Amino acid sequence: MRLRALGVFGLVTLMLVALPSAAFAADPNGAVTLEAEPAVALDFVWMLVAAFLVYFMQAGFAMVEAGFCRAKNATNLMMKNLLDFVMGSLAYFIVGFALMYGADAAGIIGTNGWFMGGNYDVTVYRDFMFQVVFAATAATIVSGAVAERLKFSAYLVYSIVLSAVIYPVYGHWVWGGGWLAQLATPFHDFAGSGVVHALGGFVGLAGALVLGPRFGKYGKDGKPRAIPGHSIPLAALGVFILWFGWFGFNAGSSLSGNDLRIAVIAVNTNMAAAAGSAVALLITKLKTGKFDIGMALNGALAGLVAITAPCAVVSGGSAIIIGAIAGAIVVASIYTVENLGVDDPVGAFSVHGMNGIWGLLAVGLFADGTYGDVTGLLFGGGTAQFVSQAIGAGVVAVWAFLLGFALFKGMDLVMGVRVSPEEELRGLDVDEHGSPAYPNFLVVEES
Amino acid sequence: MKKIEAVIRPEKLESVRIALEEAGYPGLMLTRIEGHGKQKGMLQQFRGRQYKVELLPKYKVEVVCLDAECAALVAAIVESARTGDVGDGKIFVSDIEDVTRIRTGESGESAV
Repeated sequence: MRLRALGVFGLVTLMLVALPSAAFAADPNGAVTLEAEPAVALDFVWMLVAAFLVYFMQAGFAMVEAGFCRAKNATNLMMKNLLDFVMGSLAYFIVGFALMYGADAAGIIGTNGWFMGGNYDVTVYRDFMFQVVFAATAATIVSGAVAERLKFSAYLVYSIVLSAVIYPVYGHWVWGGGWLAQLATPFHDFAGSGVVHALGGFVGLAGALVLGPRFGKYGKDGKPRAIPGHSIPLAALGVFILWFGWFGFNAGSSLSGNDLRIAVIAVNTNMAAAAGSAVALLITKLKTGKFDIGMALNGALAGLVAITAPCAVVSGGSAIIIGAIAGAIVVASIYTVENLGVDDPVGAFSVHGMNGIWGLLAVGLFADGTYGDVTGLLFGGGTAQFVSQAIGAGVVAVWAFLLGFALFKGMDLVMGVRVSPEEELRGLDVDEHGSPAYPNFLVVEES
Repeated sequence: MKKIEAVIRPEKLESVRIALEEAGYPGLMLTRIEGHGKQKGMLQQFRGRQYKVELLPKYKVEVVCLDAECAALVAAIVESARTGDVGDGKIFVSDIEDVTRIRTGESGESAV
């Protein structure tokens, strides 16, 4: 026993000592890096500030989900959004970052840097900080799709598996030098319409399917019913925070403060969100006669998700078209998903899954060749880029859905993933956490 | 003695109270309630899907008064609470057997 532990310890020590000297001279202090290239300081500041903005998107997701769900589950939603970042940070430090950015093996996975071993270096730490907030964004998307009925323990297990395996492996294929990055015409996902959003959206769809709809979502006639959320102001605050954080998400993905394309990226990000919201608002107005805030908010998020992949390689005009189409997709998808019997309380799949795929395809259509050597079909680039985009989009949908389904189904068999019907009716706050979100208010909800 | 129970729109409370004051009312009790009449709730909307709110918030104003005052007070409520649309509410009038003022112990009409 003792010997075995010593053996493992020895192996880890070997990795810690051997790898850095083999790969590069680690600079945990930073002075050497700065002296070698003073201009890199701007990249450090830019990437870290952008990472902090992306971190704040956790608050945005928490508010959107709380606002769109009922008061009796608000504590549970805060806990999920907190704990997916907690678990995700630890899992990504221990396993995820190595799988995603370690030395490539056959284009499939990264193979070194477990426990960040050999990575004690300011440049790698900068990159880790930037990447860990993206991993946690993918994790937190799923929370909305499985809201109001998933056991908290199952959510903890899910968070670890997503951040340690599902996200980093696909991430390696795209951003870590894996096989999608090695295609003759490399697959292009600038800031993560696929790596982050489609991945989270399709895992969320799998979770919602395994769980089944919330009690009361479908009437006796089988028709979907609205379950109104408890706070429109919180949902709106969440969308404002996400829109704000998205400037870091997209423009930060330049990975350099010396890359002036960040101005184009910021404008594109903004225009797609505006167009998505406007179109979703208009379509819903035509359909229902009301200026619907829920759809206008989801439309903004849809535009943001769709522009995330193409934000660096298109013009502002194209960004408006991409965002407008995203706004139409999200409305159609929300109605369709509900009518098919899948209960996604906040529309996570329609926003992130569907528009993540659309964003990837949009690169192959609208990239104008002014940046990054990526040209789409509509700007004389032929079909090559579009084909690569379609491959990457198909792969993320299948990968995320299959692993997500296996994960939730597996957990269901082992521990059960859904709370009891009584607990679901009472709300998860008291039974799972012992803390109602609003203890001094009488919260009565019939369904 | 009579008890007037008026179910009114919450936003009409202020004008009803002023009208009752002008008509010389002895005092009122207010209860925040939910309910529906023939109107049967109203449609609201969440994320593009409409849903029916079966029970709407209403205020119930209760006034206990002398028989002679009753008609004028009812008229004042009708006048001040009406919008002409469905959902304006209803007024119920019933007999009161006895009234006791707690402070003095007196009962009957002098306690109203």
